[in-house]
Amino acid sequence: MTYAASFRVWRGDVTGGDLQDFTVDVNEGEVVLDVIHRLQATQAGDLAVRWNCKAGKCGSCSAEINGRPRLMCMTRMSTFGEGDTVTVTPLRTFPVIRDLVTDVSYNYDKAAQIPAFNPRPREADGSHRMQQVDVERSQEFRKCIECFLCQDTCHVIRDHEGNKGAFAGPRYLIRLAELDMHPLDVTDRRDAAQDDFGLGYCNITKCCSEVCPEGIHLTDNGIIPLKERVVDRRFDPLTWLGSKIGRRPKD
Amino acid sequence: MTTTAPRGTGAVTPGRGDGGPAPRRAAIRARHLRTDRWWLQPLITVVVLLSFVVYSSFRAFQNAYYFAEPYISPFYSPCITTGCEGDTFPEFFTGPSFISPAIYILVIPLGLRATCYYYRKAYYRSFWLSPPACAVGEPHKRYTGESRPPLLIQNLHRYALYGALLFNVILTYDAILGFRDETGEWGHMGVGTLVLLANAALLWLYSLSCHSCRHIVGGRLNHFSKHPLRYKAWTQVSKLNASHAKFAWLSLFSVAIADAYVFLLATGTITDFRFF
Repeated sequence: MTYAASFRVWRGDVTGGDLQDFTVDVNEGEVVLDVIHRLQATQAGDLAVRWNCKAGKCGSCSAEINGRPRLMCMTRMSTFGEGDTVTVTPLRTFPVIRDLVTDVSYNYDKAAQIPAFNPRPREADGSHRMQQVDVERSQEFRKCIECFLCQDTCHVIRDHEGNKGAFAGPRYLIRLAELDMHPLDVTDRRDAAQDDFGLGYCNITKCCSEVCPEGIHLTDNGIIPLKERVVDRRFDPLTWLGSKIGRRPKD
Repeated sequence: MTTTAPRGTGAVTPGRGDGGPAPRRAAIRARHLRTDRWWLQPLITVVVLLSFVVYSSFRAFQNAYYFAEPYISPFYSPCITTGCEGDTFPEFFTGPSFISPAIYILVIPLGLRATCYYYRKAYYRSFWLSPPACAVGEPHKRYTGESRPPLLIQNLHRYALYGALLFNVILTYDAILGFRDETGEWGHMGVGTLVLLANAALLWLYSLSCHSCRHIVGGRLNHFSKHPLRYKAWTQVSKLNASHAKFAWLSLFSVAIADAYVFLLATGTITDFRFF
């Protein structure tokens, strides 16, 4: 069944912009990205929108829908009433390029700063062996599609631009956790997590976990375990003493 | 002609939380555009936590009506001064009479809940509004989170956990003492016994589901395969951990209910229904 929906879409660029009202047809089973595309095809031919897979796997069509960071391709129109106005805006945390497209290069800069995977030497037969139970914790974080919704919603940088230098954001804190938990990796990233990537800035309010379209438990399984590992290293006198007298190897 | 931001300039701006302007972001004046009732959850948290703080403070300072044979209120256990009512724990010293025995032991349960990863989320959101809800702007100009004192102290959560585990043993012992009657004879049970048992069980669930506990039992390991028992323990704690928030609230209520039940018994408002 088709109905006419009210949409408000932010249009503009770095010099300014505003929310513009549209009335656009919506068909049964459609998602917000379908409607944005119809808008582009019928009323606003120069509307800028970034998208790719339309299947929630590429992480391109991140936006804020009724104020909540979401993938446009994974937000069904059936979640709204026919009389509701749907507001679509670009990610607030990043500089806008045009309309719904933002410059997310902050994230790529942070990614490049993370100490890379550094495996222990290969075994005598030239292989790297590890057990599934050892690596499956890290595998949860490999589901990340880098849509940057967690980075967008994190108030540490969303509300405080000045923190971007000191804080890497939840996506990269779970990257650090992933590498630190990896059974083959030998680099200790705990000091770097605290000093260079701003782990202490996170106050675990869990918005990153709430918005993750992959359902990754960023806070419970990534950031908090990383915080606890940093406590082992920096704040717990017992574990510190244990490591000094050789009673507490890393594993 | 549309003006676009130069490539590669969206990246890091230097600074450490000095609250400078947000360059080149989309010009959206509204603090948020959420249309749901995002304020409801922080509001409920404030009301419930404040109610608990007011009630528990009143009871902790009251220094009366915390013991009704054979039950002792969890706010006053372990009762460690010579001024204590009842005889449920060794009395270590005689404190000034104006200091309630509850005050001496407050640091452990308060410390556990104040530094708990779940409660931190709850009160940072609802009391400090940092942020009040996801994608709703916070009112503060500066933000450094837990990166510097005094909030660095949150990192001592595991020490509060150690203390709380000890307290759980004592509160379980108190619940077992509830299998006596008013004269101290064993083999009896009343509604109060069930109340204290339920409270002890919920406190164990809350403590064992703690994120620090999860780390200590196995989370710090990188090779679970070399430590099968710890892996098993970690797996079980992880299952509990998924319900940590639920246990946090339920155990908060159970402590208050157990105390209120003992209070009502001690004041003679109700009598304990005995099963046998």
